[in-house]
Amino acid sequence: MNEKTTNDGSVVNNNEAIIRIEDLKRDFIVGSETVHALRGVTFDIKRGEFVAIMGTSGSGKSTMLNILGCLDKPTSGHYYIDGVDAAICSKDQLADIRNKKIGFVFQSYNLLPRTTSIEQVELPLLYNSSINAKERRERAEHALELVGMANRANHTPNQMSGGQQQRIAIARAIVNDPVILLADEATGNLDTRTSYEIMSLFQKLNEQGVTIGFVTHEPDIALFTKRQVMLRDGKIMKDNLVETQSAQAALDALPASSDY
Amino acid sequence: MNISNLLKVAWDAILRNKTRTLLTILGVVIGIASVIAMVSIGQSSSQSITEQVSSMGTNMIMVMRANQRRGGVSMGSDNSQSLTISDAERIKNEAKFISYVSPSVSASGQIVNGNNNALGSLQGGSVDLLKIRKFELAAGTNFTDDDVNKYSKVCVIGQTVVKNIFPEDSANVINVVGKDIKFKGIPLKIIGVLESKGSNSMGQDQDDIMIAPYTTVQKRFLGNDYLQMIYCSASSEEVADQAVAEVALLLRENHKLLDYQDDDFEVRTQAEMLSMMNSMTGTLTTLLAAIASISLIVGGIGIMNIMYVTVTERTKEIGLRMAIGARGKDILMQFLIESAILSLIGGIIGIILGLILSYVGTSLMNMPFVVSYTAIAVSFVVCAATGVFFGWYPAKKAANMDPITALRYE
Repeated sequence: MNEKTTNDGSVVNNNEAIIRIEDLKRDFIVGSETVHALRGVTFDIKRGEFVAIMGTSGSGKSTMLNILGCLDKPTSGHYYIDGVDAAICSKDQLADIRNKKIGFVFQSYNLLPRTTSIEQVELPLLYNSSINAKERRERAEHALELVGMANRANHTPNQMSGGQQQRIAIARAIVNDPVILLADEATGNLDTRTSYEIMSLFQKLNEQGVTIGFVTHEPDIALFTKRQVMLRDGKIMKDNLVETQSAQAALDALPASSDY
Repeated sequence: MNISNLLKVAWDAILRNKTRTLLTILGVVIGIASVIAMVSIGQSSSQSITEQVSSMGTNMIMVMRANQRRGGVSMGSDNSQSLTISDAERIKNEAKFISYVSPSVSASGQIVNGNNNALGSLQGGSVDLLKIRKFELAAGTNFTDDDVNKYSKVCVIGQTVVKNIFPEDSANVINVVGKDIKFKGIPLKIIGVLESKGSNSMGQDQDDIMIAPYTTVQKRFLGNDYLQMIYCSASSEEVADQAVAEVALLLRENHKLLDYQDDDFEVRTQAEMLSMMNSMTGTLTTLLAAIASISLIVGGIGIMNIMYVTVTERTKEIGLRMAIGARGKDILMQFLIESAILSLIGGIIGIILGLILSYVGTSLMNMPFVVSYTAIAVSFVVCAATGVFFGWYPAKKAANMDPITALRYE
């Protein structure tokens, strides 16, 4: 067994599946037709994993992400996150799970306009009554430091580049110390260099123990993860560990003048 | 989400859209300001009427000739000869609740002195008339019972008459005492000048007055024995109603009216006049406030309109908030609080603006400035309710959004 001791002294099992999906199905009724977006998917995500969920358009990866993120509920099957079966939770309980156990990073950053970075990052903690203003500020500052944006705490989105905005969004996703960080095409709006920078940040966070689920359709970005789950027509087509490439190395390998 | 976080979230959203905030609250500002101004001005005018009526004497009771009817045809009250000096004397001698009685007659005509002349009327009364009508002497003396008995050609005049007829003495009214003044060609000696009372609630100049013994007016100007009115003064305000009943009883007795016969006179008190005038201004105030509250409703609909647009415009924000853990209830509360804050800010500005407007309005109209705390409290509650009521529908719409759809909204 591969065990380690956490900060609070409790012993956690590194091989423990923090996400367990059992025979998950999701049907959509469109008019008189039933669309089977997911046709029975089963897999686990263990603590500390960096999983790429891949697939073409229509493969069910968006549906998968919505269910993983507790934004949607499966038609049948079970979804355990941190021991809780989200498939049978009420709307408010799902909101609570999203608030405390999940961090989202979106393709279009989804930052609030005219709002400073520190306030963006504080936002998830505002919906958690057990955290007071002082702790909220401290944790937001810490999260900004982790993504290397501490010096941009008082900047608003229109004063920052896309890469910087995505870093703020990542800080917002990790501020609540989530069980899993879910990224939806997080590099989709960025150029190659910035994509590599963001991937390097994800790798760094993963090394520090953050579990990441990374939805993408770009195979070259998926190379920076540790495991690839390939979906096709609502089923898992391939699920294998990959040889992880260092995003930092890829970044260094880019020609110095590629600033177009 | 606890309440302080909710307030912070709503307040931040309001600050992010300052122009929109200002435009939204404008409707409420105008609504509340007009309600406050209308109610305040209405109350000011009713207070100014009260002040003026009581300056005429709150204890005052007026006995007037009734409008007589013969075969269904009104004969008019002027032709009635039902009030006589014996009525006045009987009230004076027998009424327990009456302290002063004065018969009243009046004649109108030209007032002349040298080149100055004016149209006016000569009021006839007993020595008590000044006390009943709360006139004070600025100079000279009142006439006496002796003057009444002898139909003396003396008079007491008001400040406006001094100004019109003796313009050179208007600064120093004592100079006119002892001078003669011609009324309808007959010279009267001025023995006193009254203190100024200003104009009354009907806009009548109370200083445009000439008072002489009623006998003088009757014998020298009218040539009859009848009275037009009898002024009485109740011994106190509390017994005014008893005094009215007593006077009516005495007059019915004196006029030998049988039980089935109607009164051939009318007894009116100042209190009745007051309540009549107050109900008039009250109706007007209610009407104006009702019109003003329509603008408040329009302001509320303005809030709903903007909140509705806001919810659509911020769909993506709502989706994000839901994704990071906001429950439907949190979103609902956020938008409700936003609209409540908007309307409360509008309300506070509206109250201040309304007070300024009513201050300016009342001082332009020479009325006392009255702050209606009830109106302020009511408008405050109304605008909070407006915010919640009109914010509810858009907020509900926001709360019921599907997070997935909202996140993908472009």
